[in-house]
Amino acid sequence: MALLEIKNLHAVIDGKEILKGINLTINAGEVHAIMGPNGSGKSTLCHVLGGRDGYEVTEGTITFDGHDLLEMETEERAVAGMLLGFQHPVEIPGVKNIYLLKEALNAKREAQGLDEVDTFTFMKQVRELVASMDMDDAFLHRGVNAGFSGGEKKRNEILQMLLLEPKLALLDETDSGLDIDALKVVSEGINRMRGEERGIILVTHYQRLLNYVEPDFVHVLYKGKIIKSGDKSLAHRLEAEGYQEILEEAS
Amino acid sequence: MTETQELEQLVKREYKYGFTTDIEQEIIPPGLDEDVVRMISAKKHEPEFMLEWRLSAFRHWQTMKEPEWAHVHYPKIDYQALSYYAAPKSQEELDADAPESLDDVDPKLLETYEKLGIPLHERAVLAGVKGANVAVDAVFDSVSVTTTFKDKLAEAGVIFCSFSEAVENHPELIRKYLGTVVPQGDNYFAALNSAVFSDGSFVYVPKGVKCPMELSTYFRINAKNTGQFERTLIIAEEGASVSYLEGCTAPQRDENQLHAAVVELVALDDAEIKYSTVQNWYPGDEEGKGGIYNFVTKRGECRGDRAKITWTQVEAGSAITWKYPSCILKGDDSVGEFYSVAVGNNYQQIDSGTKMIHLGKRTRSTIVSKGISAGRAENAYRGLVHIGKTATHARNFTQCDSLLIGDRCGAHTFPYIEAKNASAQVEHEATTSKVSDDQMYYLRSRGLSEEDAMNMVVSGFCKDVFNELPMEFAVEAQALLAVSLEGSVG
Repeated sequence: MALLEIKNLHAVIDGKEILKGINLTINAGEVHAIMGPNGSGKSTLCHVLGGRDGYEVTEGTITFDGHDLLEMETEERAVAGMLLGFQHPVEIPGVKNIYLLKEALNAKREAQGLDEVDTFTFMKQVRELVASMDMDDAFLHRGVNAGFSGGEKKRNEILQMLLLEPKLALLDETDSGLDIDALKVVSEGINRMRGEERGIILVTHYQRLLNYVEPDFVHVLYKGKIIKSGDKSLAHRLEAEGYQEILEEAS
Repeated sequence: MTETQELEQLVKREYKYGFTTDIEQEIIPPGLDEDVVRMISAKKHEPEFMLEWRLSAFRHWQTMKEPEWAHVHYPKIDYQALSYYAAPKSQEELDADAPESLDDVDPKLLETYEKLGIPLHERAVLAGVKGANVAVDAVFDSVSVTTTFKDKLAEAGVIFCSFSEAVENHPELIRKYLGTVVPQGDNYFAALNSAVFSDGSFVYVPKGVKCPMELSTYFRINAKNTGQFERTLIIAEEGASVSYLEGCTAPQRDENQLHAAVVELVALDDAEIKYSTVQNWYPGDEEGKGGIYNFVTKRGECRGDRAKITWTQVEAGSAITWKYPSCILKGDDSVGEFYSVAVGNNYQQIDSGTKMIHLGKRTRSTIVSKGISAGRAENAYRGLVHIGKTATHARNFTQCDSLLIGDRCGAHTFPYIEAKNASAQVEHEATTSKVSDDQMYYLRSRGLSEEDAMNMVVSGFCKDVFNELPMEFAVEAQALLAVSLEGSVG
């Protein structure tokens, strides 16, 4: 059974159809990159998968790990193992990072019928992960994303994923706004998440990230449809030739 | 449904404490004149000076007009339609003395306090069930029903009792301090309170004594069509310190009920008073029907040098809240602090803030106000920072933040600054923000339910104030906030 199966997905925002029949199958263990020019529907796809309000699905189905995803609330999707890494993580002043991490982990554990994580184990695990992301412990006691630099926000997204160990990680433009050092740390984090049990979707505008995280499949999204799929060489072609060539070829 | 609509659904709350206790009560007929004032005084077996004091307040009140400057709207109150005294009957039978022990208290009353989660039984308190090491005074409608831990406090020299008992047993202290911070004619509601107040709490901490435990009073309005007018007086002598908390709840009723309390704090040299309020009077229903009018005068005076008074309040209930816990910083180097979370939902109206009156040299004050508005609530911060001529090198810092939930509520800020001494430093910061759909979506995408997500954003916003609450009550306050914003999802 596929981990994620999207069939003929159509979605509308404010009466305007943005996604126009997407088909995509992702199996556990695979890394997929979805690329496309601005306005092609990449972020819309992420938010439809994330269950954001205001994104209306007019046609099609999405099955996630055997569940009808479209019947699930955002938080149900999260505890079922789907995690969305945001392009622009929002600031939540006064709420400590460590607190959110613990609440999020416990929400997932509760859904799995497990007890709350004990503080000692939790702190030990979090400290290790923080160090692995080349971050300082002090970061745990700062407000969620409050006053973070672009790079810190993205590291924080990856940190959450490493802790929450989702079945499907959906990373929306995680590479945008990163300098080269941060890009490396973030990429290493993503590579550590790769595994037989897990699917990863990288949504990106540029090929840059894919130099560090090699995808198994690359899809080109254009005007709400996947117009071309291939292996990682497709990403290299895009980088070398730009979108225009491939768009013309596909049409 | 849009997220904003969902947010609003989410904050639709139900009031948990809306039960009434079916208990035999003695209520005097509605109406207010000198005879009623005399009757109240007589029922409480008050000495002559108290009656005179009440009568002069009443005469003053008759000359006053109800204030209209606050940013609140309500139909005119008919003061002749209210009853000014209600007491559980058993109390009367006990000859107006407070019950000797819990056994003398009507079991139904105790049940009420059980329901409220108040640790009335000393045993339970000692067992650390909840709020361990807290002495409690419980005020039911107009009368204090029981005060716990009296003996232990007495050992330390601390007096903690109902106001009526204080009038009876410590008239010299009452005479010396009553009305010295909030004079009888201070304002309309203070004058009314001075005339008809029925009970309240009294605390006296003698020189050099650190009160060995938190003191706490729970106020409960139960009777119909009665006003509640309690009076609290706290005195900390030189070098003394005390931390005091009050909690308030009321049953759910369709009509509005008036609550006009007066609180006076006196801190002498090097004394410290920390006064915390968790106010959860019935706020009215979703249509704005019913609820308590909470018109309260609270003021502390740092009468001595290096004295410190801290007001911390979590205001979640009441249809209308109209209160400005204030500090008069008379002593040199004295310190005043005000930390406030005021949350309004549905049709609640809040006009609250503080006054910091700097008179002494090098006096310092801090104001942190967090206003949360949801539904169609109107939430106004009104604050005065006054630096008198004599207050050289006085300093004030004010931070005033508003959080909006949904798009039909309002937040308003009315800061007044009067600086009459050029060496003063006054800082004011203000922000307004919204619980955004982005924040909710982000937290839900991490697996948090809508309610948990909302609570997380709101408690983050209130963090600076919660940090100031006594440990035992910070948790309670957080829970109260969650309850206040709780409701049906989707």
